[in-house]
Amino acid sequence: MTTVRVLLPQLLRSMVHVKDEVLIEVEGPVTQRSVLDGVEAKFPVLCGMIRDHATGVRKPFLRFFACQEDLSLESPDAELPAAVVEGREAFLIITAIAGGRR
Amino acid sequence: MSGVRVLAGTRKGVFVLESDGKRKEWTVAGPHLAGFGEIYHVKGSPVEPNRIWASQTSSWFGQIVHRSDDGGKTWNPVSNKFLYDGETGTHQWYDGTPHPWEFKRVWHFEPSLTDPDLVYAGVEDAAMFRTTDGGQNWTEMRGLRGHGSGSQWQPGAGGLGLHTILLDPSDPKRMFIAISAAGAFRTDDGGETWKPINRGLHSEYIPDGTAEVGHCVHRIAQHRSAPNTLFMQKHWDVMRTDDAGENWREISGNLPTDFGFVIDVNTNEPETIYVVPIKSDREHYPLDGALRVYRSKAGGNEWEPLTKGLPQENCFVNVLRDAMSVDAMDPCGIYFGTTGGQVYGSADGGETWSAIVRDLPGVLSVEVQTLA
Repeated sequence: MTTVRVLLPQLLRSMVHVKDEVLIEVEGPVTQRSVLDGVEAKFPVLCGMIRDHATGVRKPFLRFFACQEDLSLESPDAELPAAVVEGREAFLIITAIAGGRR
Repeated sequence: MSGVRVLAGTRKGVFVLESDGKRKEWTVAGPHLAGFGEIYHVKGSPVEPNRIWASQTSSWFGQIVHRSDDGGKTWNPVSNKFLYDGETGTHQWYDGTPHPWEFKRVWHFEPSLTDPDLVYAGVEDAAMFRTTDGGQNWTEMRGLRGHGSGSQWQPGAGGLGLHTILLDPSDPKRMFIAISAAGAFRTDDGGETWKPINRGLHSEYIPDGTAEVGHCVHRIAQHRSAPNTLFMQKHWDVMRTDDAGENWREISGNLPTDFGFVIDVNTNEPETIYVVPIKSDREHYPLDGALRVYRSKAGGNEWEPLTKGLPQENCFVNVLRDAMSVDAMDPCGIYFGTTGGQVYGSADGGETWSAIVRDLPGVLSVEVQTLA
């Protein structure tokens, strides 16, 4: 079991009543998919808000960052950087500035 | 009756407006749920008035469903999992080509008249869902899309939305729904099977103007005491049926324009109805910049403008389909919201109006609760 630091977008943090990073337990390889599975297991109300319920695909106006790199277009099954796996860096879920049109 | 609570869904959150039975002095609370996105609809349970449902569409997070159990003071997210049941299939796209059904948002919640945990949801792309456990799970009522005409449904300019759900107070198995731009449908068996009820509608913008489906119905209203009588604001034309939708006839009469979105019925007078005429399908604002509610006390055809307290110059707002509601007081209170952020109310059946609040974000929906 690996513990991964995840920073949710501010609006989702307010929805699940957390102020800072959350710690997510991940079993097996640490990938976008396994981390998001862990996020949704810990906060079931976030199901369908980061990834589409039907397809599992990332919502278009959310981005995934870690270690100052945009990982949004990486395979969801690609292993995340070692710094995330080792807990030195957080996995960041970011709301794109293009999303808020009003 | 001790008071009323008006629930306004706006582009930037929920606002709760409350008054006593006189409906003169109002408090305004909100925005609730600010920052996430547009509130397409917010409506309370008739059984447990403090239980309120809100549908929010976020550019970032998609559909969010919120439930309040304290009259709108605090809110909690519930399930937003709306998955079409079985083979997804296709409807028609704007250009007439097949397009797979894709869930986009909830347009309308209709809480049960008897069970606080039972709520119906009308969604885009058009389908009907329900929860029987207070929002923990949503299940598609597949008989509606399973109706043979589903593959012919085509979106209106605002999308293929199921926006109207009427529960027959005299028959728990009978419901009426409307879809832009498929038309009106009725079930007599609790949602297992549905039939289109569009005979008598005529729409010039479709190839066959009297087709069984394809009509852009904007809104339907019903009075509790006469459930077989329905009033419809279609894209163009105001219509009426007295046989539960089997046959419709036009009642536009002397309206200056019969395009519009909202329609509602006076709680105490089943033949008194209200519309807000809008200039045209290209110019979504009142004629001559004068905001007028039109009232018919004869069930249609003979209409009178109601203007006292409403702006009569330089007013170019719209009143969207879910943005009018009536209370259960006597005299009846009527409320509507505008895309300009005003919520107007009348406590005397429409004779006089005043702005309850003027500068909200654009109003998408207005529902009123009459509180004991």
